[in-house]
Amino acid sequence: MTAVPDIEFRAVTKRYGAITAVSDIDLAIPPSAFVALLGPSGCGKTTCLRMIGGFEQPSEGQVLIRGRDMAGTPPYRRPVNMVFQQYALFPHLDVEENISYGLRQARPRLSSREIALRAGEALSMVQLAGYGRRKIHELSGGQQQRVALARALVNKPAVLLLDEPLAALDKKLRTDMQIELQNLQREIGITFVLVTHDQEEALSMSDFVCVMNGGRVVQLGQPSEIYDEPADLFVADFVGKTNLLNGKVAGLSGDLVDVALADGTVISARKRVPLSRGEAVSVSLRPESLSLSAPGSGAFKGIVRNRIFLGSTAEYAIEVQGIGSLLAKADHVIGQGNLFKPGEPVAIGFAAGAPLAFPHANNNGTNQREDQHAEILS
Amino acid sequence: MRRSLFRKNLVTALLLAPATLWLVVFLVLPFVAIAVFSVGERAPEGGYQAALTFAQYANLPARATAFWNTMVLAPAGALACLLVAYPVAYYLALRAPQRWRLILLALIVIPFWTSLLMRTYAWMYILGGRGIPALLAYVGIEDLRLINTPGAVLLGIVYGYLPLMILPIYVSLERLDRRLLEASADLGATPLSTFLGVTLRLSLPGVMTGFSLVMILLLGEYLIPTLLGGGKVFFIGNALVDLFLQSRNWPFGSAIAITLVLVSVVVLIVANRISTRLSGARRVDLI
Repeated sequence: MTAVPDIEFRAVTKRYGAITAVSDIDLAIPPSAFVALLGPSGCGKTTCLRMIGGFEQPSEGQVLIRGRDMAGTPPYRRPVNMVFQQYALFPHLDVEENISYGLRQARPRLSSREIALRAGEALSMVQLAGYGRRKIHELSGGQQQRVALARALVNKPAVLLLDEPLAALDKKLRTDMQIELQNLQREIGITFVLVTHDQEEALSMSDFVCVMNGGRVVQLGQPSEIYDEPADLFVADFVGKTNLLNGKVAGLSGDLVDVALADGTVISARKRVPLSRGEAVSVSLRPESLSLSAPGSGAFKGIVRNRIFLGSTAEYAIEVQGIGSLLAKADHVIGQGNLFKPGEPVAIGFAAGAPLAFPHANNNGTNQREDQHAEILS
Repeated sequence: MRRSLFRKNLVTALLLAPATLWLVVFLVLPFVAIAVFSVGERAPEGGYQAALTFAQYANLPARATAFWNTMVLAPAGALACLLVAYPVAYYLALRAPQRWRLILLALIVIPFWTSLLMRTYAWMYILGGRGIPALLAYVGIEDLRLINTPGAVLLGIVYGYLPLMILPIYVSLERLDRRLLEASADLGATPLSTFLGVTLRLSLPGVMTGFSLVMILLLGEYLIPTLLGGGKVFFIGNALVDLFLQSRNWPFGSAIAITLVLVSVVVLIVANRISTRLSGARRVDLI
């Protein structure tokens, strides 16, 4: 990818008084990609989006759009458009007037025929043909969402910014819109930058996920990379569900470490960062990498406490003496009545290579600071 | 089922009774009386004498000056108020620091704590011979007459009614969703077109509320023209006082009053229509 990145952050820092919302971010978003900025509230993802849109100015560093430094360029001169949280549609205009609002601002002026034509195209693109004369308050949430999309895309922006666009929709509609957004992005071929706190949404829709925490980019990668090879304990914990087991490094051998857990069990785990003998670590074990079987074998022995049947899978909360509660996920095959019942003893095993060890200390500290940030900012 | 419905209606009726009674006794009955008076005749010794004639209405042109002054100065006064009030309301709602907002709002309302009569008297002195004209005489500007002119009346009107204009506009601007302004900028609108296309349009209900409020009160204004217009600029209000208390021509006064009420109603309906159409709002809130 030698092309100029659509969006580039160079050493960008944003402070609000004493609070640093974004701290020293370098980021290049490749052209024609669907990118998600993912993180807990207060992590700086919305601030980043608003700096691209021009609603906030970086305290330090540069934001570039298609190679051009945007310092001092107001929002109305930037080649990007935003789909706002809760859409921010104009209540005094009807659907078509909302969509053509941006076209009417263009200088030199567009002919009214062209405006009508392009607004009509945008309406059919989001499957709202025939809704042009409706008032905004007459539309459902999903329809308003589509109007907001059309209103932004009709201006043919270089980059489309989406600020938690699906947060206000119910689950079923959200899934439909996820697919539709993905299709739209492929059809139009421009870069979409999506801000979300919903890791499932980020993983399912985007080509790249940029995980943020504490005003920094923690990891940038494809969804499967983020999920399978989290850069640190925060990503492992925030993206997807995982079990975190505390222990101490008992031995080192190449990429692997032996970790002695609280109950005395020693397991072998992969490491992402250098660790030293005796260091306190957390081992991440994804629920789906755990396998359950009748007592007798496996690394741990435990007792099923809860069973959550989800149709295609079942999740088990299993009490393991000395370690605590573990979450395990097992596929459910129709007709194979191999469900464990609450109260039943089970043996838990896991595939070699599944456990990942991270230094223990930095996790809780960062998280707490994050929560304070979120409170101050909201 | 039917019983509970009956009970519900009874409660509704009881809740509405005091207000209804009040309005019937103090609004509807006097209005009916005035309407009856307006088709009557003046008794020889003054007051009312029963008759059925529209002579009083035919005689309205006799007070054309009062009507003319009112019909020109009331909208002009409301407009002047609006032009002064909008920037203030805009500053308060969108620009003023949050913690100053309440204090500034209070400062706008505080003059209401003193009677309008006193404050208008103060203006009499400020504009009168020993006020501003005396100061201007020091720098060589002689013989400037400020008091007892339409300009003085207009000034008094803007001064007296400004808070009534600021508050509804402030409320509508304060309710304005700031993200709409960002959305407008995002779509390429310059600050000026955002103001015209979004801010102004969405604050129109407030503008219309303020405008009709001030306008209607001005249609019945009596005090300001008397004190600052010096009998030279008289309003319908002055004509009414004159007719009811001095010449005791109740039927003619009633005819003028009825006409005034009709004009006010028309003003309200028109203002309401305009703001509903332009802002897309379905109703206009009175403050």
